[in-house]
Amino acid sequence: MHSYKRQQRLSLSLRYLLLIALVIVWIFPIAWIIMTSFSVNLSGFVSTFIPKQWTLSNYAKIFNNKLYPFGSWVLNTFVIAVICAVVNTFTTTVMSYSLSRLRFKLRKPFLQFALVLGMFPGFMSMIALYYMLKAIGMTNLAGLTLVYIGGAGLGFYIMKGFLDTVPKSLDEAAELDGATKWQIFIHIILPMDRPMIIYTSLTAFMAPWTDFIFPSIILSTDSAKNKTVAYGLYNMMSNTKGLSSQYFTAFVAGCVIIAIPITILFIILQRYYVSGITAGADKG
Amino acid sequence: MFKKKAHTAPEATFKETWQEGDWATKLSFIIMGISQLKNKQWLKGLVFLLSEVIFLVWFFYNGISAISLLGSLGKIKKLTRVFDKNQGIWVTKQPDSSMVILLFGLISIILIALLLVLYYVSLKSTRHLYALNRDGKHIPTTKEDLASLLDTRLHQLLMFLPLAGIFAFTVTPTIYMITMAFTNFNQYHPIGFSWTGFQAFGEILTGSMAGTFFPVLGWTLVWAVAATATTFVFGVLLGLLIESKGIKFRGVFRTLFVIVFAVPQFVSLLMMSMFWDNAGPVNSWLQRMHWITEPIQFLQNANLAKLTVIVTNMWIGIPVTMLIVTAIIQNLPQDQIEAARMDGANAFQVFNKITFPQILFVMTPALIQQFIGNINNFNVIFLLTGGGPLNSKFYQAGSTDLLVTWLYKLTMQSVPNYNIAAALGIFIFIISAVFSLLAYRRTNAFKEG
Repeated sequence: MHSYKRQQRLSLSLRYLLLIALVIVWIFPIAWIIMTSFSVNLSGFVSTFIPKQWTLSNYAKIFNNKLYPFGSWVLNTFVIAVICAVVNTFTTTVMSYSLSRLRFKLRKPFLQFALVLGMFPGFMSMIALYYMLKAIGMTNLAGLTLVYIGGAGLGFYIMKGFLDTVPKSLDEAAELDGATKWQIFIHIILPMDRPMIIYTSLTAFMAPWTDFIFPSIILSTDSAKNKTVAYGLYNMMSNTKGLSSQYFTAFVAGCVIIAIPITILFIILQRYYVSGITAGADKG
Repeated sequence: MFKKKAHTAPEATFKETWQEGDWATKLSFIIMGISQLKNKQWLKGLVFLLSEVIFLVWFFYNGISAISLLGSLGKIKKLTRVFDKNQGIWVTKQPDSSMVILLFGLISIILIALLLVLYYVSLKSTRHLYALNRDGKHIPTTKEDLASLLDTRLHQLLMFLPLAGIFAFTVTPTIYMITMAFTNFNQYHPIGFSWTGFQAFGEILTGSMAGTFFPVLGWTLVWAVAATATTFVFGVLLGLLIESKGIKFRGVFRTLFVIVFAVPQFVSLLMMSMFWDNAGPVNSWLQRMHWITEPIQFLQNANLAKLTVIVTNMWIGIPVTMLIVTAIIQNLPQDQIEAARMDGANAFQVFNKITFPQILFVMTPALIQQFIGNINNFNVIFLLTGGGPLNSKFYQAGSTDLLVTWLYKLTMQSVPNYNIAAALGIFIFIISAVFSLLAYRRTNAFKEG
């Protein structure tokens, strides 16, 4: 009995050791990013983990750079993100409700159509979209917003999966009491749907902050001011590869500023993320 | 309420409507909305009538010419000098922009298709009105019609705008790009191009692109299998480790790992590409430790770069699997495990017979989705290696390029090969469709089992 207990303790401490070692491996690059943003650097990459000299000047530099107007990028992205959060949440909610609760002739064909459409690589439509926007002179932030909003109707899977699990007897009871479909939607489904609505609006809000591909195609000819954060930072990094020494730490500081709120939001939302992934198993 | 609607024969045939209907009904077969207006459905009738008028005006002013150009995609294909008889001088003519001609021709066809759908809808409405009149039933007024939009026809009201968005911003560009695969819109025909049928596909499969396509396709599949398998296996192991008996602060550990996944990829992956760089922290640390003298070419050596990409992807992907696995383990039926233990099953047997099958069951759809996602995993490759190192045997692709990143590169140069890129997109679609189909059947099999 005694040796069994010792064995148990040994196993537990070994597992703790392994876990802590793994955490260090995982967190180290992230920590390095944060450390770099606080270090004085004139020679390109920062190869030491702990900065030799601590400074906040990188953060000052990223906000006071005329060539790379980080402040305008943040503002642009914020406006786009708010519009996306409002419109895309509305679109997703409306589509999910219609496809989950209402019955109409084209429902099944539409679901299959959406499935097939989703299999085309997004890049194909991206480049065509660029030419379409160019034809109407909208290769700017407004065009980018339109693109983000326009495709939102196809992102209904997670919320529809959720609504499918809400018992249909609720709707039936309300209908017996004489409620119209619209009243059912407003007074019964929407309140039940609240967690998913919060999740959708937050993910829609986060997307423009992290996307750099679409802006890099659509905004490439626009002025430096009219960019989104992700594209601006990406551009800053790839444009200045040769000169990166000068801007590298400022770039990192900009990344840290953006990454912190996004990371916190995601950590709050992680349980919804999991349920979104595992929902496929129950639905088939 | 949610019973399947039985298929019922229409209340009247179109033939009967045409033969027996009054003048307004007959006229509605040519001018949409007349019969609705006669039956005092003002709004509906006006909408039908106006859309037909607007369509016809557009069609005669723009539509006909847009469609007639579609066959040739413009007459002048390259810069040509023509003798202008009126002025008596030679003039240089710019090639016609086939891209614009194609776009407007396509939009015209889509508009015509939409009008045909509307025409069918108006005919059905006319037929319905005829039947109501014939049977002496009540004809819904505009007010009643609008009210039904909030009830029996709510889906029409709700889905109209989202569907318009999908058509404008997803369907049209996708069709536009698909059509480009059947042209010679490449570096030799950058402005004026023409229809060439399946030539681009032939070039990819047997022509000048085959030497790049097949190696890139091979690496894409190897990458997708390796990336999916490594993140799954190690994610499950990590999940088991965190959920194993006696470990405290599980939430803290989980969150620490999830941070890596939560950081926006353009930040974490760009930084990782710095991290592995020849002058980056890994190499300089190894050098300072005097373990190596020359920097290791993590991203410059073709094979090593492939390995680096897979390892870095594990860093990002394992936390996701871990997150799902821990959620599954927490929801496992504890009484089953307890019963197995009572019967003398050891930890491995419990894992093998209870835990793992359950994980696999829940995760199979997600795994197949991840596999397809990895085939299209643009971010990891693009941000980490940019497809590099360059491979001189490939046409504008590097050793770690996937089909999608190659597609992107083909479209992003000063002289793009859009037709090849579009055909590649169709190949990627076929590959994704095949695997999705397998996935769909597999999940259905699970459901029955």
